Amino acid sequence: MTKKTVFAGFGGQGVLMMGYVYAVSAMRDGKEVTYLPSYGAEVRGGTANCTVVVSDEEIFSPVASAPDYAVIMNRPSLNRYEGMIKKDGIIVLNSSLVDRDPSRDDLDVVRVPANDIARKLGSDRTINMIMLGAFVTKTGITTLESIMNGLTEIVKGKKASVMKLNRKGLDMGAEYALKK
Amino acid sequence: MTEKQLMRGSHVIGEAAVRAGCRLYAGYPITPQNELTEYMSGAMARLEDGTFIQAESELAAINMVLGASMAGARAMTSSSSPGISLKQEGISYLAAQELPAVIVNTMRGGPGLGNIAPSQGDYFQATRGGGHGDYRVIVLAPASVQELADLTRKAFEYADKYRTPAMLLGDGMIGQMMEPVVFPEPVDLNKLPPKPWILDGAIGRPSRIILSLLLDTTVEEEHNWKLVRKYESIARDITSAETFMTEDAHLVVIAYGTAARIAKGAIKRVREIGLKVGLLRPVTLWPFPKRVLIEMSRQIKDFLVFEMSTGQMLEDVKLSLEGRSNIHFYGRPGGIVSTPDEIAKEINSLYHRQHLEED
Amino acid sequence: MEKKVFTRPRYLKDAVFHYCPGCGHSIIHRLVAEVLEELEIGEKTIGVPPAGCAVLAYNYLDVDMGEAPHGRGAAVATGIKRVLPDRIVFSYQGDGDIAAIGTAETIHAANRGENITIIFVNNAVYGMTGGQMAPTTLPGQNSTTTPGGRDISRDGAPLDLSQMLAIARGSAYIERTSVDSPKNIRRTKKAITKAFLTQMEGLGFSLVEILSACPTNWKMSPVDANKWIKDSMMNTFPLKVIKDKTNEK
Repeated sequence: MTKKTVFAGFGGQGVLMMGYVYAVSAMRDGKEVTYLPSYGAEVRGGTANCTVVVSDEEIFSPVASAPDYAVIMNRPSLNRYEGMIKKDGIIVLNSSLVDRDPSRDDLDVVRVPANDIARKLGSDRTINMIMLGAFVTKTGITTLESIMNGLTEIVKGKKASVMKLNRKGLDMGAEYALKK
Repeated sequence: MTEKQLMRGSHVIGEAAVRAGCRLYAGYPITPQNELTEYMSGAMARLEDGTFIQAESELAAINMVLGASMAGARAMTSSSSPGISLKQEGISYLAAQELPAVIVNTMRGGPGLGNIAPSQGDYFQATRGGGHGDYRVIVLAPASVQELADLTRKAFEYADKYRTPAMLLGDGMIGQMMEPVVFPEPVDLNKLPPKPWILDGAIGRPSRIILSLLLDTTVEEEHNWKLVRKYESIARDITSAETFMTEDAHLVVIAYGTAARIAKGAIKRVREIGLKVGLLRPVTLWPFPKRVLIEMSRQIKDFLVFEMSTGQMLEDVKLSLEGRSNIHFYGRPGGIVSTPDEIAKEINSLYHRQHLEED
Repeated sequence: MEKKVFTRPRYLKDAVFHYCPGCGHSIIHRLVAEVLEELEIGEKTIGVPPAGCAVLAYNYLDVDMGEAPHGRGAAVATGIKRVLPDRIVFSYQGDGDIAAIGTAETIHAANRGENITIIFVNNAVYGMTGGQMAPTTLPGQNSTTTPGGRDISRDGAPLDLSQMLAIARGSAYIERTSVDSPKNIRRTKKAITKAFLTQMEGLGFSLVEILSACPTNWKMSPVDANKWIKDSMMNTFPLKVIKDKTNEK
């Protein structure tokens, strides 16, 4: 099993953090992982994306010409990645900001109004956790528990209330993955 | 910190350098390797005996490293392609004065200012010495973040052992990428072999000179041959390459660093459709794994060299094989990162063009 | 009873200088060696010779010496000193080395307040390469690359590096002296002593600029050359303490 995922959006949405938390969690699950962020001038342009590969075996190419999954945080990212996703791939859309559906009909689409949910939770900083909750639950590639463990390792020292909010975000996102 | 952790390539070089005993780092900002410079600023500040200097130029940085090396410290500088061009003056002096040092080149697209995307256009510069004069630099080409850690340690060890500069040649991708890594334990500086040649003040011994000015041509000639003898022993001792699925291969792809990762992905794909293809990945670019290649040419009649350049390592492959096999080339210069699919297509068409399925 | 009144300093090797007759380098080498001996620091000193006529300084000064690429003396000295902060580190550089190709390294070493000492020998010409224009060549002065004399509108004016270095916050002591006369030679020795003391006390960057004759490339007799220093060079490069904050601490 080798699964490549693209996380894409604009700066400030926690896109890179989302991919990083996922990668650390999968590593702690005992998987091989690579995390490749966009960098340099591309970042200055305001877009942010990263590719995370999770596998049971040695990972060869860290780049994804055809990702299995995509987590799309805004419309420009949908425009950019829609055509690249593998046939019958999964796409998790932030439907608060993406006002159209993918034009391909083979994709399994999960729509998560992440900004709206985050507003209800009272913190925009949970947007990425909401999306990650939906992504993990939909793909089953790791568990919410692993993500929480990964998050705890990464943000060590953060207040319990913050962690609680993150957990809440993951759970709310997960619900949308189960809806359909 | 010997537990497995997910770390960025640039940071891994820094941590591995500290653990290898690096005590002076001098660098100048340039993308895509600023994360290494930034990491070293913090890491050196945490050490009681560490020095970090943000130098005014690449020239100053490499010469600070040269001074630190004269004084006996394990020292490192890093940059990306245009900055490495500026460091070549110092690298030539390091080689001439037989001083150990580690230089990291995170290659980007070029020539000129080029771009900041991953590239392999500096192969010639790295493996041919790079600066003026008749010398070589040990060049190590990591292909994974774990290997960055391992080869950084080796770079310091080789540099000290052979008293010569060693270069870690990566690219923007391997520098930015995060992968799991386990670090070796830090070296005990007190247990490293003594350096009976350093300049630390002539206390109780005759004064020493470290120089490269050899006006007497016969002396300079002998110095050049002495360096050659050293390089020959380096070639005997440290030449290294990885082979992947070559046992039954009809075609072997030769690639290093990031290109080798992509090539492996391509080989996995073409193996699924029954093509017998393997990979040879030089880990040391200088010394080049010539013998492995010659050995392989007994079975393999077709090699495909794949580089993120217009064909530089290609020349070493040709020089190694001296007409023994067919050598093909596929290159993507300028910062283009090929996909495994693209390389798989290239392999596939070559495989059939050469009628390798009939072997 | 014989009494020895003049002898070779401890840190000067028993070697015959290769310098031209009337050249200031041999005097300055000797002064450095005397100071190292008097301050009792010779055995913990590391010197960095330049590219230029003084490249062979290691043949004369009997201390650890590590050659720097042209102009990089301050950077190399920085590397050594940072690794060995309890040693004394100096670079010995000419005007082309320090004020043209090595300007950046020198200014930034001063600005960082590197605790090193620089002996800057200014003879207003590229000596070793055969008398080309130096950054310090005087207006109207003939050189092999300014036939008819240095023309300020074409070649730029002489660069006063020491003044530039004085502006840098990290420089502690900068003085310009000369070795054109016995009196000035004594002053130069004092300045070199003070520069090394500045370093020994950890006060920061110290530099002594020394006006020095190059009769060969100036195409003058040694006597005329020293007169030219006094009559011409000193107008552009007046002798003085340019900066001294060693008492501020």
